[in-house]
Amino acid sequence: MAEFPVSVTVNGQARRGTVEARKTLADWLRDDCNLTGTHLGCEHGVCGACTVIMDGVAVRSCLVFAVQADGSEVTTIEGLAAEDGTLHPVQDAFQKCHGLQCGFCTPGFIVSVASFLEEHPNPDDTEIREGLSGNICRCTGYQGILQAVKMAAETMQSA
Amino acid sequence: MPSILGTRVKRVEDPRFLTVGGTYVDDLRDPRLDGALWLTFVRSSVAHARLASIDTSSAAAAPGVVAIYTFADLSVEPQLSMPAFNEAMKRPALADGVVRFVGEPIVAILTEQRSQGEDAAEFVVVDYDPLPVVVDPVEAAADEVLLFPEAGTNTAYGRVREPDPTLFEGCDAVVHMTLYNRRLAVAPLEVKGCAAVPAEDGRMVVWLSSQGAHTAVASLQAALGTEDLHIITPDVGGGFGAKNGASAEDIVVCRVAQLQGRAIRWAETRTENVLTMQGRGQVQTVTMGGTRDGRILAYRVDILGDAGAYPMIGAFLPMATRMMAPGVYDMPKVEVIARSVVTNTAPQMAYRGAGRPEATAAVERTIERFAAEIGMDAAEVRRRNLVPKFVEPHKTPVGTTYDIGDYPAALELVLEAAGYDALRKEQASRRAAGDRLQLGIGIATYVEITAFGGSEYARIEVKDDGSAVVYTGTSPHGQGHHTSFAMIASERTGIPIERINLVWGDTDLVPTGGGTGGSRSLQLGGSAVLQTTDLLVEEARQRAAQQLEANPEDLVLDTEAGRFHVAGSPTAGRTWAEVAGNDGLAVASDFTQPSGTFPFGAHVAVVEVDTETGQVELTRFIAVDDAGTMINPLIVEGQRHGGIAQGAAQALCEEFIYDADGNPLTSNLADFTFISTCELPSFELVPMETPTPMNPLGAKGIGEAGTIGATPAVQNAVVDAVAHLGVRHIDIPCTPERVWTAIQEASK
Ligand code: FES
Ligand code: FES
Repeated sequence: MAEFPVSVTVNGQARRGTVEARKTLADWLRDDCNLTGTHLGCEHGVCGACTVIMDGVAVRSCLVFAVQADGSEVTTIEGLAAEDGTLHPVQDAFQKCHGLQCGFCTPGFIVSVASFLEEHPNPDDTEIREGLSGNICRCTGYQGILQAVKMAAETMQSA
Repeated sequence: MPSILGTRVKRVEDPRFLTVGGTYVDDLRDPRLDGALWLTFVRSSVAHARLASIDTSSAAAAPGVVAIYTFADLSVEPQLSMPAFNEAMKRPALADGVVRFVGEPIVAILTEQRSQGEDAAEFVVVDYDPLPVVVDPVEAAADEVLLFPEAGTNTAYGRVREPDPTLFEGCDAVVHMTLYNRRLAVAPLEVKGCAAVPAEDGRMVVWLSSQGAHTAVASLQAALGTEDLHIITPDVGGGFGAKNGASAEDIVVCRVAQLQGRAIRWAETRTENVLTMQGRGQVQTVTMGGTRDGRILAYRVDILGDAGAYPMIGAFLPMATRMMAPGVYDMPKVEVIARSVVTNTAPQMAYRGAGRPEATAAVERTIERFAAEIGMDAAEVRRRNLVPKFVEPHKTPVGTTYDIGDYPAALELVLEAAGYDALRKEQASRRAAGDRLQLGIGIATYVEITAFGGSEYARIEVKDDGSAVVYTGTSPHGQGHHTSFAMIASERTGIPIERINLVWGDTDLVPTGGGTGGSRSLQLGGSAVLQTTDLLVEEARQRAAQQLEANPEDLVLDTEAGRFHVAGSPTAGRTWAEVAGNDGLAVASDFTQPSGTFPFGAHVAVVEVDTETGQVELTRFIAVDDAGTMINPLIVEGQRHGGIAQGAAQALCEEFIYDADGNPLTSNLADFTFISTCELPSFELVPMETPTPMNPLGAKGIGEAGTIGATPAVQNAVVDAVAHLGVRHIDIPCTPERVWTAIQEASK
């Protein structure tokens, strides 16, 4: 099958390769970049586990073809903590509020929340619930996650 | 030093999930898997058919195809998952001449690349000779359409018994109804996957997405004809009971790896997951009778379990329902009839609570129906029938012995926290005003069984740097074992939790284990860690005494400093690092609990029902859950949260649906209405701790409590909201359509 060149800046690092037109961004990140933190929970755009930030917007990487990402900047879960390992405020809040159990949905949630809080620095409860409705979690009942979003919003506000 | 036990320690396992997403089977980049071939299954698209022919010739010519397997190529004997099941209902790993449910694997295709398998699967031509289909367990019980003609019956387990005709004699009020505890997709966020590598020494290394490496050993050994397996469960993204042991697909992956002598990988798609991983599924015919002043005298539940196409653990679960049928009530006469039948649907697995939620759902829905029948408040009827507080074992009419309980206290606690009387007033005023949005208040009190007795292994090793490693036979997939077990080991050794690692899910590193399921991990695995810690401290004391040339009895362990010294003279001492020395120090032991423990609680759900559209909003959820001693309340609350959400989901929206021909109608996460943040309020949790005498921690299981109470509490609330309109019952899930229809029917 024909392959196309792609070049994407992933977590600040230039990545180049060739891909089949049908290869998703999620598969490319996982298989070609070995960034396996981006998880696939459904591959049909419902669960949000595969969420990454592409040119400043949260996208479901199972619904984006790698070729569509050509020339873009992508941030995955692996790119959120600081170089020295300091957790991003959202990551930190998820740990403090027990916002994860099995951890499988977690990268998608954290990336979604990080992006959501950029747009809504001071969200109310309803906005948070709506902002999270595109990510599903089987373990937490969303309770710790909601707490974490509030805590992260406060931390990021006061930073 | 204040005890670390009972404190809200944040989880030590979290950072790697937060930063790199952990390592699940499909994330493995182990060099042994370099160049692995990929396995793809071709699955049945029909519910029941004879396989007239399978043509794989075009698929074999497709790019990247290495080999194609059908049942005959595998030479793996069909397996019966439990010896008690009907012998004629063995499951072949790939369909053997007949398919019995949509999604049953028929062909396995091995390709160089993952995507090539999906392409090649399209070229396999299966010619089906349709057979009559039976989806409804009630129809299946009539034995007209048989899934296994050689069995002569569809009954997989249990038997039909004539009900006792005198059971309800002396009752002035009797209610009777049929309850449907629907099939659900278990839907852990991580689907199943497996990787297998035949090693040079003849062993097979297998990575599984499973709730227990050791519980997978027997079925894999039987299928592969070899004892020499090294099974590893890496991070596992949820299981909820349905990832116990090894699946039929896992068996095929390992067998193909064995035949090929090469590394093989497989991961299912979400659709494959929901087509093969389902739980619940019972039809319950219930009858309850008593006096008009609210005393229940007799209760019967006739359970028909829908086992799906092959009896797996799900076929056995009506027996778990039976064990817990009377729940928290002191009912003089209880009769349970239980069996399960096969149908042309997915084989049933365990799902969070596994048989116990079904027991609670039945008795809790029935008691509210009984309360409505005699015109008494549902809380009051419960009060009049609860087993009083007990500290000595309590034996129920079905022969189950509860360890310890205070059900009246749990009920009063939740009613008070909910503001029950105020809620009833609010409800009365909305009813009087004829408001469009009506308020419903639903209660569920429950008792369940966890761990079922058994034993569990722990080993603790202290290294020469003073750090420790705990080895456990339980297997975390979200429950926070690392943190809880490190807390237990730290408490009596003084080794800080950050310096305690956890090893699990590796049959080479851990000799035995029961995995995680049935809420067993903390009470069995945690107690094993506690017991082993004590042995370790004793062993260390002996060693330190030798090193210090002192009497072991004179040594004390300063758990603040993590150091042994002679009592009263702290200057000369030995740290854990010094005691362990170059050789390290390790102790192992098994902890055995003679029987199960019985956590209990009470839940109240508050809903608003739009009487014009049938839309339900869950506005509050208040829960009292008593799982005995809490080691880490943060983790305990997390378990309760997750369980309540799943339980509420079953009451409000989730159902796995087949049409009459056995075609699945909810085969992805868009069609299966998985609950989201928008449908759930913040839960109000009330703590209660009644330690069990069954283990030294005093801990009972908390994993399943939420699911057990929440479903009937929410369902009862929905019915309660429209009870004044004449509605007496609404089936779950209480979708707007069902609620609206019930209102219309009642007003006719
Ligand atoms: S994997 Fe992309 S939304 Fe589920
Ligand atoms: S933590 Fe398991 S799915 Fe969210």
